[in-house]
Amino acid sequence: MQELNQKRAPIYEALCEMKNERIVPFDVPGHKRGKGNKELTDFLGEKCLSVDVNSSRPLDNLCHPMTVIKEAEDLTAQAFGASNSFFMVNGTSSGVQAMIMASCKEGEKIILPRNVHRSVIHSLILSGAIPIYVNPEIHDKLGIPLGMSTQKVREAILINKEAKAVLVNNPTYYGICSNLKEITGFAHQNGMKVLADEAHGTHLYFHKDLPLAAMHAGADMASVSMHKSGGSLTQSSILLLGENVNSDYVRQIINLTQTTSGSYLLMSSIDISRKKLALKGREIFEEVMEMTEYAREEINEIGGYYAYGKEITNGDTIFDFDTTKLSINTLETGLAGIEVHDLLRDEYNVQVEFGDIGNILAYISIGDSYKNIERLISALAEIKRRFGRKDKKLLIDCEYINPEVCMTPKKAFYSEKISLPLADSAGKICAEFVTSYPPGIPLLAPGELITPEIVGYIKYIKEKGCFITGTEDIQANCINVIK
Amino acid sequence: MEYWFSENHTKNVKLSIKVDKQLYSDESKYQRIDIFYSPEFGRLLSLDGFLMLTEKDEFIYHEMIVHPAMAVHPNPKNILIIGGGDGGALRELGKYDFIENIDIVEIDGMVIESAKKHLPFTACGFDNDKVNIYLQDGLKFIRKKYNCYDLIIVDSTDPFGVGEGLFTKEFYGNCYNALKDDGILINQHESPFYPEDSIAMQKAHKRISEIFDLAKVYQAHIPTYPSGHWLFGFASKGYHPINDLDSKAWKKREIETKYYTTNLHKGAFMLPKYVEELLKKVEKEDHAFED
Repeated sequence: MQELNQKRAPIYEALCEMKNERIVPFDVPGHKRGKGNKELTDFLGEKCLSVDVNSSRPLDNLCHPMTVIKEAEDLTAQAFGASNSFFMVNGTSSGVQAMIMASCKEGEKIILPRNVHRSVIHSLILSGAIPIYVNPEIHDKLGIPLGMSTQKVREAILINKEAKAVLVNNPTYYGICSNLKEITGFAHQNGMKVLADEAHGTHLYFHKDLPLAAMHAGADMASVSMHKSGGSLTQSSILLLGENVNSDYVRQIINLTQTTSGSYLLMSSIDISRKKLALKGREIFEEVMEMTEYAREEINEIGGYYAYGKEITNGDTIFDFDTTKLSINTLETGLAGIEVHDLLRDEYNVQVEFGDIGNILAYISIGDSYKNIERLISALAEIKRRFGRKDKKLLIDCEYINPEVCMTPKKAFYSEKISLPLADSAGKICAEFVTSYPPGIPLLAPGELITPEIVGYIKYIKEKGCFITGTEDIQANCINVIK
Repeated sequence: MEYWFSENHTKNVKLSIKVDKQLYSDESKYQRIDIFYSPEFGRLLSLDGFLMLTEKDEFIYHEMIVHPAMAVHPNPKNILIIGGGDGGALRELGKYDFIENIDIVEIDGMVIESAKKHLPFTACGFDNDKVNIYLQDGLKFIRKKYNCYDLIIVDSTDPFGVGEGLFTKEFYGNCYNALKDDGILINQHESPFYPEDSIAMQKAHKRISEIFDLAKVYQAHIPTYPSGHWLFGFASKGYHPINDLDSKAWKKREIETKYYTTNLHKGAFMLPKYVEELLKKVEKEDHAFED
């Protein structure tokens, strides 16, 4: 094999070569380079359709990478400081699923924070693993869930010595990091693997001023959303493995649920983005940090909003903060985050990533410009002036409610259940997910006790305009409970 | 051998002006700046290939963006221009000696520099002790101003490039804050004629009329702009553009103009029926036309 060279992009190069050879396609996909679907080709462009192709000898096969995909994966592993990498075409959710299923079998324990993405709990249903939740603290002023306290993780590890893995968000949606290095060290001493959900952490690998990336901290596996800060197409993601993970076994696990028709649009987008990150990542994220810092200063000057940065770190539950995240607390303006989110969109044509009860997150990336950042800042200033309220009593500052796990998510999910009106469900065991969206963190998961507190909270956030998803009843008026 | 400067006015229409030579061409951080000499229109300035002004017809635009408000507001002392790096609007304001201060906020310093070198007929506006130049994004500048200007003039490019932020609701809202209680906002308001321009025109009017108690539109004929029919916005916190026009006072000042008169002023607010309808469509019920 050739020596690794980050200037190369093997999948991209193979696709270009394929185009030059003018192959006559008698294989799928049936649109045949777009010729069979003119409307789609006009919409997406001929260039795009011409590389929407099937695996073949020169293009390798995602299920069994031997040539160009393997090379691209090796380059990715090198760029991210990992021993192995896999390209994932069903999002970071599929990477999370593979990490958990590769680490925990039925009935085995996994230690994880509650503010995990729903894909983590979905993985528990698939694997039958038992969740041991480490409750993240809630920031008393900001109302956001934080990282895991190192001490609490140690305690959980000592109480659950038989657990197989510890999962860590690196960082959270809000940009908060736990002390990954110390957690990893302690988990390894106790024979546990460390899995990192780096859905929001691609950029951590490319700048020294950003929080420590999972592979650099010695973690065993990391699921990284290339399509977020990495710049690739939506749904494309990578799974990184450390040196003590059997990559052939992980590949088998991935293939249990992965498509056999991996999209070359997605794979080439990872390939090209990895090249860019490896060659220019440092400058790119330097600029992103500068823009975000500028926005933070200007937004804080408006008053009422609090765009938080490194100053919120506390050495433990906020061990580090990802300064590329423009998280803004809105409570002092008298407006809920979700209200500001909606006003930005409806009144000012500005779309931010999410709004929850007390915060919004504006996602800043290399695609942004100061010109657009001025629009965000000005719109926020106007929203405060036009819609800000003096009366802040409506707003609560707590978002986290301790789950009480009564049975494994898998058992509960497959149990016999009945549907009850939400108001009558207190005291029952939940049989499905109840997730508030945004930000997509479960309020209830299968197997957990429904408390009156939770019922009240769900009612409250529905009134505030958050979507409740995951329930069979699409309106979330009724909830499935164990019979 | 012939050289032509061409600008597409729509996908299917373009205006071509024969040019003799290129006097200047450079790329700034924000846009490409070109200055040509043409036999018919004299010097012309283009930004990113869009014609901004010609020596021959710029007087129409610059007189009309300045004098109507100056003839309505009884005592404008502190004035802000956003954009206007060619200096034309400054030149017209320079004719009023009672003005105490003019701030001009231009994002692109190279526009000012190139105008000073090659467009002396407008850049002469900068030769005025009352003028303070701020090289920054207008949207940022205005955000930090409260209750301080009598008149704000938005002399911007089209809303499809550098000037995009100057056609937004947040910008107009911040202008409202920056004006005194009897302040006036004048803006370059696009054209009602070709669909792409008229949509931008309607959007601007909708946003302004949502914020200002009074939002009117007036017109001028500018030969080198798309369709030649151009609009300006007149928004205020109180002054009415016709009822509060003080023709006598304005005439007494003996301001020299080539296009603007106080008679034309009244006529300029009388719009073609289709333009009235375009505007009415985007106004709120309680802001219906009363003239």
